[in-house]
Amino acid sequence: MTAATMAPTGESRGQRTARIMAEKPVIALLVVLAILYVITGVQDPTLFAPQGIRSVLLLACPLAILAAVQTVCMLTGGIDLSAAMIANFAAYVSANNAGLGPIASLGFAFLVGGAIGLINGIGVGVFRVNPLIMTLGMSSVLVGVITVGIVGDGFLSGSTTILSLVKSVGGGTLFGPIPLNSIVLALVAAILILGLGRTGLGRSIYATGDNESAGRLAGVRSWQVLIAVYVIAGLLAALAGLMFSGISGSVGPDQTNSYLLPSVAAAVIGGTSILGGTGGFGGTIVGALILTVLNRLLLGLETSDAVRQIIYGAIVLALAWFYVRVTGQRAD
Amino acid sequence: MAQPLLTATAIAKSYGPVVAIRSADLSVAPGEAHALLGANGAGKSTFVKILTGVIQASSGSLALDGAPVRFSSPERARRAGIASVYQDPSLLPDLTLRQNLVLTRTPIDRFTAALDEMGMAGLDLRENAGDLPLPFLRMIDLARALAHEPRLLVLDEITAALPTDLAQRVFEVMQRQTAAGGSVLFISHRLEEVVTHCDKCTVFRDGRDVASFVPREGGEARIVQSMLGEAAELVREEVRRSPRDLSAVAPRIEVRGVGAGRQLDDVTFDVKPGEVVGVVALEGQGQDVLFEALAGDRRFESGEVLVDGRPLSASHPAHAIARGIALVPSDRALALLPQRSIEENLGLTLYRRLRSWGPIPMRSVRAKTHDAITRMSIDTRAAAQAKRLSGGNQQKLTIGRWLTAGFSTLLLFDPTRGIDIGTKHQIYDLIAELAESGAAILMYTSELREVALVADRVVVLYRGRIVAELPADAGDEALLSAAHGLIPGTPAVPDSQEAGR
Repeated sequence: MTAATMAPTGESRGQRTARIMAEKPVIALLVVLAILYVITGVQDPTLFAPQGIRSVLLLACPLAILAAVQTVCMLTGGIDLSAAMIANFAAYVSANNAGLGPIASLGFAFLVGGAIGLINGIGVGVFRVNPLIMTLGMSSVLVGVITVGIVGDGFLSGSTTILSLVKSVGGGTLFGPIPLNSIVLALVAAILILGLGRTGLGRSIYATGDNESAGRLAGVRSWQVLIAVYVIAGLLAALAGLMFSGISGSVGPDQTNSYLLPSVAAAVIGGTSILGGTGGFGGTIVGALILTVLNRLLLGLETSDAVRQIIYGAIVLALAWFYVRVTGQRAD
Repeated sequence: MAQPLLTATAIAKSYGPVVAIRSADLSVAPGEAHALLGANGAGKSTFVKILTGVIQASSGSLALDGAPVRFSSPERARRAGIASVYQDPSLLPDLTLRQNLVLTRTPIDRFTAALDEMGMAGLDLRENAGDLPLPFLRMIDLARALAHEPRLLVLDEITAALPTDLAQRVFEVMQRQTAAGGSVLFISHRLEEVVTHCDKCTVFRDGRDVASFVPREGGEARIVQSMLGEAAELVREEVRRSPRDLSAVAPRIEVRGVGAGRQLDDVTFDVKPGEVVGVVALEGQGQDVLFEALAGDRRFESGEVLVDGRPLSASHPAHAIARGIALVPSDRALALLPQRSIEENLGLTLYRRLRSWGPIPMRSVRAKTHDAITRMSIDTRAAAQAKRLSGGNQQKLTIGRWLTAGFSTLLLFDPTRGIDIGTKHQIYDLIAELAESGAAILMYTSELREVALVADRVVVLYRGRIVAELPADAGDEALLSAAHGLIPGTPAVPDSQEAGR
């Protein structure tokens, strides 16, 4: 407690840079992104063309929204490992009901996401199940439910043709290099960033993750906060599922699964603490962009998949380490 | 003059742009009990961490017996003969005592011998550290340090969490250590302890050593003056507040025969608006249960509590808060959001209801938190993260939170533990001011002399019962004997080994 709080005096330029980096880690992340982008672009010059920029954004937007799921959960010290299965499920439900028109089709998808999130939230918030276990279990349950649903005449055996709205928003172009799905991300980002920073719920989410006992003594009921968080997470996962299906133009029972761990990694690289209490969605978006560019870089390498995996993992670890260094999170 | 045991020269430490120690010198002679003093944030704890190898100094040098040394780990420092007891207990709660000792390579026979000497024989080493009460853990930490037979024993605010009887045992340990030619570096905010038990003291201010003298000669006045520098005039004469006549006023909170297991039994008292009632007790007499249950963080098993004449049934602090009851726990770790800003810490209670989950009315919240910052004179230079604030400022946040939210009854559990004297006086003033404006205040304190400064009257808890109700000016001796269960006119209750439970 004696890390004194004196005004910074006579700091050198290096110290000043370090302080700005520590206060605004997103700037450091953007620098990393720019460097990575240039390196990848040298190897694959199409990246500097509008089409190349568009392809990065197109893939980064749904990943960022799946990572938003992890961000809100991680801020409370939790995680949502069922996010990918919720996404798959919701995309399936939407396609099945595409015939009922966009409102019903999308409504069902979000209903599924919200309802599964509610169960997660009740498990974590009321019955105090560890979020890792709760959502891992939920993910496993959903695998079973979807499998039962799509075999034979199951309840998911209907049409797998996705809504044309989902297809055009998920895969279309707004103008030049900007895909339409970046509008969805922009909306989600605005809601999340304002919601976390400037609403009572947002403050309660940070408080619950930072120190639950402090919240309790101040009258915050953490179970309410956790239920709200996992419902929001379920809705965001459903949205991510729709956007992924918009890119591929179809639905599959496991099409989002390979994005689950990157969604966690994007949030961590973006500076959200897995222990809760600190971070935000701004960094997560940059994290998702970094991972997408990184993926692109590795795909261009003439090497085996195994080596790509190794490099990918090593770079993610290096980024996480870099983040801690830059923000000085461990200085005390 | 003999060669000093330890010499620190021009020690400095900064964390990035934040300077914790600018330049500090310290010299400890063999056989000396040396006090290290300073306000919160003066750099004491950082200095101790450098001395014991927990962190490395940015610059400066250390010498043992005149030979330069540099400790890269606590283990190294220990082998060189420096063992320390830190501010917070350092035992792993989920391990047994024996496992903890093995983990730190503590010789177990010497550890038990040290415990025996402190009069705490018969401790079961198979018990989990987490199951033991805090004061015991402090004593165990001390015995563990002694088991390494240090030449310099460093005690960082060990007495802050100790009741008077255990603190006395610490002083005995210090005497034995110095009598045997060893030295002690003693850190405490309780100045009378320093004056009584230390041969020399060094005062830190703003990361520099500003004075070094014999505390008995300088007295508390000189210590305070050195600690505060220009701020010294802020600490005025300690004036007792004059109680008002409240006989015609209905109580704000009535506690009627409440009990909780073996920890509380038939406790009855009340607090009126505008009144400050002190609770005096040795460690572990049920005061923590009483405060937690009043705040709705646990339930009483019997009896009832009336707030403004209507019964209170709280199963969550939110219910008590809704009736105007606010708790400030002694352990700041329970109430602080370490990674969040000052503003978020102060505003936390504003968002406890579902209907306050929407957009925050930024302007009015800022006005409220700004008001709390001004009233508590909180230092906002490290406003982004509460964990970077000094202990005193952190405590101001946990109290200030209720100024933003409003309350009618304030429960203060040892609110000045481990806080420098300047901040203590600010808190005393605030308590008086709040009572003046009509709040009912119940305050437990482990420092007896606070009672006379702050409270209007005192209830004494002993083994979960109220054994006496005394005027605040009853005097330390009367309070202390009541706290030991010695009531004039009744047979003495023998002090028990389980006092810590």
